Amino acid sequence: MQNPYNFVGVLILAAILLPVVGLGVAWLVRPHKPNPIKKSTYECGIEPIGETWVQFKVSYYIYALIFVVFDVESVFLFPWAVAYNRLPLYAFLEVVIFIAILFFALIYAWRKGALKWL
Amino acid sequence: MVEQIVFFIFTILVLGGGIGVITTKNIYYAALFFSASLSGMAGYFVLLNAGFLAAVQIVVYIGAIAILILFAIMLSRRMMTTKEQQTNRQTWLAAIASFLLFVALLGVVMQVTWPLSAEKHADNVLVLLGMSFLGSYVIPFEVVSVLLLVSLIGAIILARDIQTEEGRE
Amino acid sequence: MVPTPYYLLLAAVLFAIGAGGVMLRRNTLVILMCVELMMNAVNLTFVAFSHELNDMTGQVFVFMIMTVAAVEAAIGLAILVELYRLTRSVNIDEFNSLKG
Repeated sequence: MQNPYNFVGVLILAAILLPVVGLGVAWLVRPHKPNPIKKSTYECGIEPIGETWVQFKVSYYIYALIFVVFDVESVFLFPWAVAYNRLPLYAFLEVVIFIAILFFALIYAWRKGALKWL
Repeated sequence: MVEQIVFFIFTILVLGGGIGVITTKNIYYAALFFSASLSGMAGYFVLLNAGFLAAVQIVVYIGAIAILILFAIMLSRRMMTTKEQQTNRQTWLAAIASFLLFVALLGVVMQVTWPLSAEKHADNVLVLLGMSFLGSYVIPFEVVSVLLLVSLIGAIILARDIQTEEGRE
Repeated sequence: MVPTPYYLLLAAVLFAIGAGGVMLRRNTLVILMCVELMMNAVNLTFVAFSHELNDMTGQVFVFMIMTVAAVEAAIGLAILVELYRLTRSVNIDEFNSLKG
């Protein structure tokens, strides 16, 4: 059929069915007999030491933030890439200016140590 | 016919997600309902002949913004219990106000007689978008790059402030 | 073929839900999510009109709105995390130091 979104629909259906069927059949088949020893926390076979709660570092947030900015940049470059053959020369210069400004953003993030994964 | 069914499914996703965001007590569930609502919106964009915008919605909104929201939830998790302590005093007032807002918008939409748009829609939306971005709308395109630069600088400054405070603890 | 007023009414419902959420909830993160929902409703309106009028301007503007929403979420969340560090709370009732 000629609608290209049929493939997307089939893919979404498969993506929903695969985990649901896998987990559902496992839930139906497995036995359910809990006892207190089985339900206690597992830490490589020994008694758990210390708190389970680990402080979430801000450097993870900075990493996701840099990803957001460069994700939006790359999304803006897609239409230019597709329409490249039909655009005049100055369109190329405009995109070079766009990328150059965001290149300075990358340099800033690099110099401030935001790309260091501690 | 298929379009009506698909529209209905996306409506359930969007409105169910929206109502879930405002009523659930657990903040993680609120973030997940939010993501469900956004994926319903992406489906709408597909129906409205804006396939590229649907992809951008999933990549930028769900893949970046919802993830940022989840990270912020993790960062502010220590004191947050999963239930809200008491209900807001203005619950009924808020519900009435938002209902009145919807009635006002409904009134505006119903005033207009909408023509049936049976004309042919463009099938090379991405090429047209590219040509308009680098043709008539080139100034917003460049301003967006400056906006992204400024936001990166601002957010890194804010976050490094938190990082030095974190290091002192 | 779903007629355009249905999309507009749906966007209106989503906008009202988002506005109700901003007024109702007291967790700052949920308020930010409701603001994003309102922006999504506006996006839907723009794309519905772009479909009706066969003009690309609606979609270009939706692009811009998505960019601004991403940027605003990033900085708003950074501010929120900073506020949490200072006051140990994300309850919006406790941020009333500017109140007269």
